[in-house]
Amino acid sequence: MTFEWTAITDALPELLQGLELTMLIALAGLAGGIVVGALTGALLTYGGWLAQAPAQIYVALIRGTPITVQVMFIYFALPILMNIRISATNAGILTLIINSGAYNAEIVRGALESVPTGLKEAGLSMGLSFRKVLAYVIAPIAVRRALPAMGNQLVSVVKDTSIFLVIGVGELTRRGQEIMSANFRAVEIWTAVAVIYLIVISILAVSLRFVERAARLP
Amino acid sequence: MSMVEFKKVSKQFGSHLVLESIDLAIDPGEVAVVIGPSGSGKSTMLRCINVLERVSGGDLLVDGLSVRGNARDVRRIRLEAGMVFQQFNLFPHLTALQNVMFGPIRSRGRSKAEAREIAEALLQKVGLGERMNHYPSQLSGGQQQRVAIARSLAVGPKLMLFDEPTSALDPELRQEVLKVMQTLATEGMTMIVVTHEMAFAKRVGSRLLFMDGGQLVHDGKPIELLSDPPSERFREFLKHVD
Repeated sequence: MTFEWTAITDALPELLQGLELTMLIALAGLAGGIVVGALTGALLTYGGWLAQAPAQIYVALIRGTPITVQVMFIYFALPILMNIRISATNAGILTLIINSGAYNAEIVRGALESVPTGLKEAGLSMGLSFRKVLAYVIAPIAVRRALPAMGNQLVSVVKDTSIFLVIGVGELTRRGQEIMSANFRAVEIWTAVAVIYLIVISILAVSLRFVERAARLP
Repeated sequence: MSMVEFKKVSKQFGSHLVLESIDLAIDPGEVAVVIGPSGSGKSTMLRCINVLERVSGGDLLVDGLSVRGNARDVRRIRLEAGMVFQQFNLFPHLTALQNVMFGPIRSRGRSKAEAREIAEALLQKVGLGERMNHYPSQLSGGQQQRVAIARSLAVGPKLMLFDEPTSALDPELRQEVLKVMQTLATEGMTMIVVTHEMAFAKRVGSRLLFMDGGQLVHDGKPIELLSDPPSERFREFLKHVD
């Protein structure tokens, strides 16, 4: 076979449109997932059993089911159960927030627990409230310890957006599939799609490495 | 009024009795050195004073405030009672200067400029004026512990608690820490020091407390207790520390 470069250049505008949606969903999912993960992680670490139990159930539910099933449930089952209408894009964002939030929660818990008790005691013994100790002593150290694992999670979030093709979200993978089913240039289109993901994720990975280095302590 | 007053204080961890009906009053300006075998309850006693441990029975007053009081009283007690730990516990993400500025800013609500002034003076005092911008990991153990002392002093306490401040240090680094503590003592700071440094107890202590099995067994002048040990148990202990 011959590699038709024109198949790629023709498809590129549409693929980039897909990429735009991919990035929108990923960024919303990332931001929401970090907030949900930080709160849930703090509950898992410091909450009483009343706060811990629901947090543990949430994490177990999400980690115990595939993300494809989760998005199907949110897009198709939730409207029936709760009588609400949700767009495919929003269903994707919500799924990502809920899904990555659960994984982030475990990362945050691990990082918080890794901060030596002595540092907490040093803060408390100076007359600070626990909340201040958490904000000014524990969190800055925990964030640094969470960065490498968090980086992996962020990369996963970007790639997980491709799953939303199953509910018809016009993100990058879905666009590729549509173009391919019209022109049958599987090699060119899937190569292009893969390269676009690779570029985006490489940029993300390099920036994460940069952040990690900037935050590193001597 | 006593700076610290133990009234029949007991402390239990589960079913294990760590402190048994401790009665003790420390006056302002005293330097009380607490010694005793490991597991005798010395550290726990110290940690009860600034409420890192809760007492199980009896009451404990610090500058007139009960450790059984509400969260606000507990915070006030902690502002009055500075703590120096065996493992230094400096904040690793802050420089020496930032570590010492931390208390004035975060717990006393001082401005950055005021805090810097306090911190710089204290770091000079403990002999680390040249190392203010080093991170804890860039300092030796002895230097870290001196920063930790400065950090506690910066909050402006009336009382300093030392929990085996030299036990994690190499012998040659201990002296620089003990020297700083001695200076503090001569300036009239009230101090309670849990340690195995008998020479320090003799030279600097105004009072020696010997604990064993959760009880306060002996309480007297260091020179008198050390030159004429009042019990076989104490004599035995002294043989092991020297």
